[in-house]
Amino acid sequence: MIYLDNAATTLHKPEAVKRAVLEAMDTLGNAGRGASEPALGASRMIYQARELLAEFFHAENANCIVFTANSTESLNIAIKGLFSEGDHVITTVLEHNSVLRPLYECRGQGCGLTILGCDEKGNISYEELEAAVREDTKAVVCTHASNLTGNMIDLKRVGEITRRKGLLFVVDASQTAGVYPIDVQKLGIDVLCFTGHKSLLGPQGTGGMYVRPGVRIRPLLSGGSGVDTYNKAHPSVMPTALEAGTLNGHGIAGFKAAVEYITETGMDTIRDRELALMRRFYEGVRQIPSVAVYGDFDTDHRSPIVSLNIGEYDSSEVSDELNVSYGIVTRPGAHCAPLMHQALGTVGQGAVRFSFSHYNTEEEVDSAIKAIKELTE
Amino acid sequence: MRKKELKLVVTFHTTADAMAMEQACGEKKVPGRLIPVPRSISAGCGLAWCAPLDARENILEVMKEKAIEEEALHECMV
Repeated sequence: MIYLDNAATTLHKPEAVKRAVLEAMDTLGNAGRGASEPALGASRMIYQARELLAEFFHAENANCIVFTANSTESLNIAIKGLFSEGDHVITTVLEHNSVLRPLYECRGQGCGLTILGCDEKGNISYEELEAAVREDTKAVVCTHASNLTGNMIDLKRVGEITRRKGLLFVVDASQTAGVYPIDVQKLGIDVLCFTGHKSLLGPQGTGGMYVRPGVRIRPLLSGGSGVDTYNKAHPSVMPTALEAGTLNGHGIAGFKAAVEYITETGMDTIRDRELALMRRFYEGVRQIPSVAVYGDFDTDHRSPIVSLNIGEYDSSEVSDELNVSYGIVTRPGAHCAPLMHQALGTVGQGAVRFSFSHYNTEEEVDSAIKAIKELTE
Repeated sequence: MRKKELKLVVTFHTTADAMAMEQACGEKKVPGRLIPVPRSISAGCGLAWCAPLDARENILEVMKEKAIEEEALHECMV
């Protein structure tokens, strides 16, 4: 099998991640629930993971890091906990449904919503973004990279606008965390949402968010906290405020090992490798007659994704043929990115997405190019 | 049961703060250990840092340096 669906989840995880999960399952109790060695072992490990992620994203301190199950949970916590009736929010057509659907719910409850369009290559206009700011605008919520085209949004430019206009800046880093360095303080990010199982190379069911000190988010969940039991309200102190219930300690142990692996290997090394594989694939397929590639490849400042279609073929048909006849795993369809497909005119056809990991090889990429060529013949 | 002694007990707002305390005291070689919050202080669960009374100054210094906020400082029989 040639696995080229790393934007959905990375299949190949570092050995240290698997070992860490297994060891955690053998040794760790429930973090924050008592002072026994197993409970303290879990608490220590989770605290170390918090510190590690705080350092990784240049957060002010470890208490800014909240653990969740994935980006979707983080984005729901942020969006539903920050906005109220009368607030206006700006987002983009590049977004995944994990941003759009919570925002549509907010709109249903009286929030204003502006969705910025994109050009034919799938890029937003920063001038349009600035022009969309109104008196009642509270925030910009946007992705760091489209999960369909791989195009990136320049967080520095958006952060400059949000800072100047006094807005909150909420970022979905699902496709970039672990591949691109993100300095939340330098970029002026108020809330950063990330998942553990994609380019951060951790187990599924891990993820989290950075919340800038002073930003108050109404919790989505309340319940067990391990502290302040007789208080009828869930504690309001971070990170406990946003972490009701037992954390995924076993998963977080793997997540921690994954971030350590990325730090040791070097994010630049991983990114250079993935972008080289992406570029090799792109150059191999872009001139094949009847192949349409989406997104902006004039730059290498992008997520290692190549989405394409062959003629008028249904993307599901192409992806299935790649899977069955060639053992090449890709993702067809709409990728939970309805507005991006609308913008590209691919709602009916979908697109076949190839996404690369640094564990992929040149031979695998060449096999995929060859398969596409054969399918077009 | 073990004979109780008068100790310094620091309580925290969150488990994360308690873990930060353990780590900071470990680094600075300040004595003490994490214990369940004694019922005489609070019935509300959680972890507390329990240390000999004479470690008070060192503990306050570490907490100041690492910006760890205590919920309260107690002297009680533990």
